[in-house]
Amino acid sequence: MTDSNLIYHGSEWDFNTLGRVYDAVESIAIGELGLDVYPNQIEVITSEQMLDAYASVGMPMMYSHWSFGKHFAREELLYRKGATALAYELVINSNPCVSYVMEENTVTMQTLVIAHAAFGHNHFFKNNHLFRQWTRADRVLDDLAYAKQFVAKCEESHGLHAVESVLDAAHALMGCGISRYAPKRSARASDGEAKAEARRSHAEATYNDLYRTLPARPSTASPDAGRVEADHNALRLPQENVLMFLAEHAPKLMEWQRELLRIVHRSAQYFYPQRQTKMMNEGCATFVHYQIMNRLYDTHQIDDGSMLEFLHSHSSVVRQLNFDDRRYSGLNPYAIGFAMMQDIQRICEQPDKEDRDWFPEIAGNGDAMGTLKQAWAEYRDESFVLQFLSPRLIRQMHLFTVGDRGDSSFMSVDAIHDESGYRDIRRCLASQYDSSKNDPDIEVTEADLSGSRRLVLTHRVRGRRVLAKDECNRVLCHVANLWGYRVRLVETDAETGATLNEYDVVAIP
Amino acid sequence: MHVIDRRQNPKSKSLGNRGRFVRRVKSHIRKAVGEAIRNRKVADLDSSEKVSVSSSDVSEPNFHFQPGTGDREFVLPGNQSYQRGDRIRKPRSGAGGIGASGSADGEGEDSFVFMLSREEFLELFFEDLELPNLAKKKLKSLASSVRTRAGFASDGAPQRLNLKQTMRRSLSRRIALRRPKQIELQSLLDQIEQARTDQNEAEIQRLADEIELMKRRMRSVAYLDTVDLRYNRFDVTPKPTTQAVMFCLMDTSASMTEDLKELAKRFYMLLHLFLVRHYQAVELVFIRHTYTASEVDEDTFFHGRETGGTIVSSALEEMATIVKNRYPVADWNIYAAQASDGHNFDHDMPRTLTLLEKTILPICQYYAYIEVNGEVTSGESLLWDEYSSLVDRYPHFARAQVSEPSAIYPVFRKLFAAT
Repeated sequence: MTDSNLIYHGSEWDFNTLGRVYDAVESIAIGELGLDVYPNQIEVITSEQMLDAYASVGMPMMYSHWSFGKHFAREELLYRKGATALAYELVINSNPCVSYVMEENTVTMQTLVIAHAAFGHNHFFKNNHLFRQWTRADRVLDDLAYAKQFVAKCEESHGLHAVESVLDAAHALMGCGISRYAPKRSARASDGEAKAEARRSHAEATYNDLYRTLPARPSTASPDAGRVEADHNALRLPQENVLMFLAEHAPKLMEWQRELLRIVHRSAQYFYPQRQTKMMNEGCATFVHYQIMNRLYDTHQIDDGSMLEFLHSHSSVVRQLNFDDRRYSGLNPYAIGFAMMQDIQRICEQPDKEDRDWFPEIAGNGDAMGTLKQAWAEYRDESFVLQFLSPRLIRQMHLFTVGDRGDSSFMSVDAIHDESGYRDIRRCLASQYDSSKNDPDIEVTEADLSGSRRLVLTHRVRGRRVLAKDECNRVLCHVANLWGYRVRLVETDAETGATLNEYDVVAIP
Repeated sequence: MHVIDRRQNPKSKSLGNRGRFVRRVKSHIRKAVGEAIRNRKVADLDSSEKVSVSSSDVSEPNFHFQPGTGDREFVLPGNQSYQRGDRIRKPRSGAGGIGASGSADGEGEDSFVFMLSREEFLELFFEDLELPNLAKKKLKSLASSVRTRAGFASDGAPQRLNLKQTMRRSLSRRIALRRPKQIELQSLLDQIEQARTDQNEAEIQRLADEIELMKRRMRSVAYLDTVDLRYNRFDVTPKPTTQAVMFCLMDTSASMTEDLKELAKRFYMLLHLFLVRHYQAVELVFIRHTYTASEVDEDTFFHGRETGGTIVSSALEEMATIVKNRYPVADWNIYAAQASDGHNFDHDMPRTLTLLEKTILPICQYYAYIEVNGEVTSGESLLWDEYSSLVDRYPHFARAQVSEPSAIYPVFRKLFAAT
């Protein structure tokens, strides 16, 4: 073994080193691990630019809104105080896949980042079925550019304040701005405008004044109940996507306001798969970088010092604090994701008796990468946990479940890492990752378009978990302002159908 | 794979968003700026400021569950001693569970703190003072003059005669007009002496003629002519004095409340800011007075409490002494701002006026008298009344009455527009 194998020395990097690192990482990722990725684009930025990117929710460009300024101010303060370190990388689900790396990183960190983001995340983005269904990687950047330019145009023609109030309202509804069923492939955002324009010009060209003189068709006077029924059908109620419902049916909105709502809807939709696969996504990237770095070390392409540096940052990333630690802030998605994937690798390669009982399909199949790749493609956090969390890992992490009944002053330990608890813990953790259970289930259930014009939202309360009152009222004010008329929100118990709470808000003109 | 170097891309992409945010929380920032003015030193207006905004004002609402209600079940890592069926008492506050679990989306911050940059701070500071445009106003700054050498002149006072230049001209003129040198004359005299001893009459005659000619020539071409004279020439160039001292005089007797001092402080800050823009170095001297005056530090000046009567002349005397000892008039631009609620002892007035007229006003670039009073109209005070006679005669003496912060800037403007 000689030094000539090493792809770099020391800790400084330049663009040639970066190129060599990328090639070395790529040959392992594609050649040995068989990953399938979008073309990569790696962008070197300064810490200041990283802060900027943070502020615009990790996007290379974003429309202007004060809340991004708020995030920036906060991140900047925390960073200046030294309370938080900046992330080493940011990666964007787009085609080509854009990864940001910071210039301050050492070359070892750059290697790690390239392995983690440009191959780990990239593979996940390209293959996971949620991303494939919900986002269009080749259009992300176009859509963002369109949104930015559209918002700027609106601000110019309608004033900062008018745009801001619509965006405020839309942001408040972001959580209810998701279509949870795979959307049909929508047209490019900017195409909509062109279509509308074409329609307009067609109407103008074929306008004939004569049609105005045709006698009106005798109206089929329908009873009230029938009319409401018809309304509901026309509006496709109940409708879970409140934001889109408002964008399409709010009676008083101008076209540009509707378009703003659609823009926010698109950005909510973009983040929807990310939220559902956070743990798997990070686990996948961490697993991939761990494999690649070890492989580089084994083939003497990086030296002992670099390996130690890597292990140091790797282990701090995948550390899981115990629940009673003062710094505990929830389960670490990196830790769980990485641990589960390593566990799957072990089950595939060296299963024991327990594994064969629990995972008969994969235990000892000898194809860890194949199994993992299939999991990365077909699962989301919830189903992944439900399928692959092993008793051994539960024991290893000492997981236990705690039940909290709202009215009791005690919480109870319902399951611990023992024979009878494994399945409970697995089910409980899975539902913890199920975003549909963690978000309030709110739907538009009634919209009277011709009479009182009242809009009714219904929150189906599960497990007696009601909405926070103050914030609920504030959000409803936003809804009422968009809708233009009275808005009611009813909280009904999902099981008994009993009404628990009612909110009633009128629009402030 | 492409590697793109984005480091040269424009920074501060969030500046627009930041501007929007600052506009949004302006009311809070205004409060913070007001607070900062109260706590800051007069000279310390130029740094950035931390502003804290309570988080509820900038929070973005969304639908989420009321924390602590309903039935929840969650997984925690790191169990050590719990067995199934154990019961754990809930924390009193009810929020979260053990160690804030469960509510992953809940951001629990009490207040939101961020830094205002210096520019943003100044902008708001001026906005509070209803300041439209400070930069346009120019102070009429009196600069001292300095004599600098500026070549040579053909006439001047004898003590400025430049010998070297004069002699150089004399020499060249003598060469040009072929004035015989003294040595040549001497050698002729020596030769004629020789001829006399030799009794060579012809030679004597020739030499005598030559000497006669030479002497005539020497008489007609002067050794030093008036045209040769060169004098050192000096120009008077104005030298801007780059340092200024600002005297803050304030009546600190009991009748001056904190609010009034606050008003005065704003004026001092403004004046200081103004001077800083014009001079490289600005020093501050704080003189407070009741019936006696003393130089104090800034804290004592604004926050110290004293009781006693009011004798304005004591402060003026103190100021004159300080100027004499530390700030030579030639080197320093002297500004003074006197703040008072207008009281003075009757018997002190003549002395105050004399001091002002004879000692203080002649050395000051500018003297401002600010009368602060809480009530909007309180009639003419004693000082106001007595100072009236000075206003017309001294253009750099100005006075104004201020009763609320927003009036400070217009007053300031008026005062400086008058000069």
